[in-house]
Amino acid sequence: MKYVSEFRDPVTARKLAAEIAALLENIDKPDNRPLRFMEVCGGHTHAIFRYGVADLLPDGIEFIHGPGCPVCVLPMARVDDCVALARMPGVILATFGDAMRVPGSRKSLLQARAEGGDVRLIYSPMDALQLARANPDKEVVFFALGFETTMPSTALTVLQAESEGIKNFSVFCNHITIIATIKAILDSPDMTLDGFIGPGHVSMVIGDAPYEFIAEQYSRPMVIAGFEPLDVLQSVWMLLRQLAEGRCEIENQYQRVVRDGGNPPALEAIGRVFELREFFEWRGLGSIDHSGVRLTKAFAQYDAEKRFSLNAPRVADPKSCQCGEVLKGVIKPSQCKLFGKQCTPEAPMGALMVSTEGACAAYYQYGRHRGDVKPVELHQVVGQ
Amino acid sequence: MSTKSTRSISPTRQSGTVTLAHGSGGRAMQKLIRDLFLSRLDHPQLHALEDQARLEMAPLMAMGDRLAFTTDSYVVDPLVFPGGDIGKLAVCGTVNDLAVGGARPVYLSCGFIMEEGLDLALLEQVVDSLAHTAEEAGVAVVTGDTKVVPRGAADKLFINTAGIGVIPQAVVPASHRATTDDVVIVSGPIGDHGAAITAAREDLGLHSSIQSDCQPLNALVEAMLAASPNIRCMRDATRGGVATVLNEIAGASAVSIQLDESRLPVADAVQGLCELLGLDPLYLACEGRLVAIVAAEDCDAVLAAMHSQAAGVGASVIGKVHGGQAGRVSMKTTFGGERIVDTLVGEQLPRIC
Repeated sequence: MKYVSEFRDPVTARKLAAEIAALLENIDKPDNRPLRFMEVCGGHTHAIFRYGVADLLPDGIEFIHGPGCPVCVLPMARVDDCVALARMPGVILATFGDAMRVPGSRKSLLQARAEGGDVRLIYSPMDALQLARANPDKEVVFFALGFETTMPSTALTVLQAESEGIKNFSVFCNHITIIATIKAILDSPDMTLDGFIGPGHVSMVIGDAPYEFIAEQYSRPMVIAGFEPLDVLQSVWMLLRQLAEGRCEIENQYQRVVRDGGNPPALEAIGRVFELREFFEWRGLGSIDHSGVRLTKAFAQYDAEKRFSLNAPRVADPKSCQCGEVLKGVIKPSQCKLFGKQCTPEAPMGALMVSTEGACAAYYQYGRHRGDVKPVELHQVVGQ
Repeated sequence: MSTKSTRSISPTRQSGTVTLAHGSGGRAMQKLIRDLFLSRLDHPQLHALEDQARLEMAPLMAMGDRLAFTTDSYVVDPLVFPGGDIGKLAVCGTVNDLAVGGARPVYLSCGFIMEEGLDLALLEQVVDSLAHTAEEAGVAVVTGDTKVVPRGAADKLFINTAGIGVIPQAVVPASHRATTDDVVIVSGPIGDHGAAITAAREDLGLHSSIQSDCQPLNALVEAMLAASPNIRCMRDATRGGVATVLNEIAGASAVSIQLDESRLPVADAVQGLCELLGLDPLYLACEGRLVAIVAAEDCDAVLAAMHSQAAGVGASVIGKVHGGQAGRVSMKTTFGGERIVDTLVGEQLPRIC
């Protein structure tokens, strides 16, 4: 398939893997441990597991699966608010698909729907606005979540609602920002990362400049990467080349999508509609300053938090959860005490088991905890 | 069908909608059954209008030594989709469930649960399609039932079909019979039905060329069994797709199965939809594809037999059975890595980014 299979080509992959292994020979490993590269984005985590990217890398490199799954890091109280909204008479709650299964303190949106809540699965915030147009006698609330990737479409939808004078539409805003979160991870005392694979779609919106502090203040290299397996592999190669040459920069592997300066019209829409919150609560990481946004006063009429009385009490992560340590790369998912026992994709306790893009769920689903997988050639049997 | 009627009615075109009167047992119901159903499902057993079909055993006993008996309910939305409709599906699903057990499907029952307000023209289209597919598959609808429920108590139309088939002597495909070195065959491109249904849902606003793979597989299975009566097991890859069926086989046979992603037949349009929505074609439902586990020495003969049938033109080997960890299904990725192909926790949900 054009524009997809080129980025999954096994011949190129093997060449890159060989070059990665050669480069690694010339790099001093800190404390004689493997180099640890964090892929910030859940999309990368998914690609790494789905295509078995790690199988192609030498032992001296480890992926640390970062906090970039917006569904996973959503605190339970916010899901509880959503469930409450869905159960209010006259309210239609519109949500992206993978947010349906996220457990709140008592139930998920899937369960709320089964119990009679009006929950609609949509693919774009504009679909939610269409629901509002089609159901003028109902209140339509869009469950907005995601990093800077999905912020522009929410912002543009709010602007569209304003220009059409649509009154029965509002946004329950759970958008979060990546920069404050990366900073929080870098500031953590047990941080042992050697570099970052930067989020491709966030960078498409915000550009590469906001990451410069990572290289300048924390002396860690970052390569902004695409989401196909060759993108990830090439980004690892670019990180190693920086380390081998003693450089520490923000580089862009995803040039076919990410432009310098990002996407100005998208940034302008975000700037018009959203403002930073003082802090936002993250499942697994706790409260992080300036890590979330809300609608500005000018758009208060579209803010579901102002329109409805939402006050679900804060729910602490279970004490035994080690999501924070997994996120920072201190332990692997399978080293968590709860992994695969009390915490499974069927009944997730921790943030990272919640969505398929969460590190623990991916680890579990793709069977990394079940020991080594030994590939067997098929051609002898098939003979074609 | 429990009303009095006479034979040989020609199909009439209906207008209007189904009302509660059509389920009342009175004249409206008799007319609906006679004009809409009996005119299309033309079998002496139906026209006898007794409370049950009475089936002679001698012809069945001449076909084999065991009966296969199955039932399935069909609740697809939308009722009509590219490549099929609920009527066609209701025949194919049950026929295929019989066929993959090695049985020759013979008789079907069908029960229609209709929501008040269902468009009669649409109902006709569905019954036409059901009758046509039954004829194509060589099965007879010999008993049936209709019910009408108030608006909101069902979603437009649900159909249940049960099927009876005969298993010839010495044919014993079963999920627990897969063994080391067997090969895994799929009868054609995977995920077409699931992708067609997803793309056809109005809320997605997509225009695609994807057609459901919905089709009867009994002729294909018969050709396969003629090539090798020793086929270890066959399953039709419906809900949960090929991945789920293989997990069930690997578990039942206490073997591991390894797939080769580069050999998985997936249509470009289906792959494209999956890329767009973050879905995996291995878990998409098929309604006219089967997975067969075959001894390596029988592989060429079975494949050749499959390729000679319309429903098996695209058949190919996609993997191999190993000893090793019982119940494990894995896949060598085109990229050169490997991943586990596990059973899904719930339904596949599109990813947000």
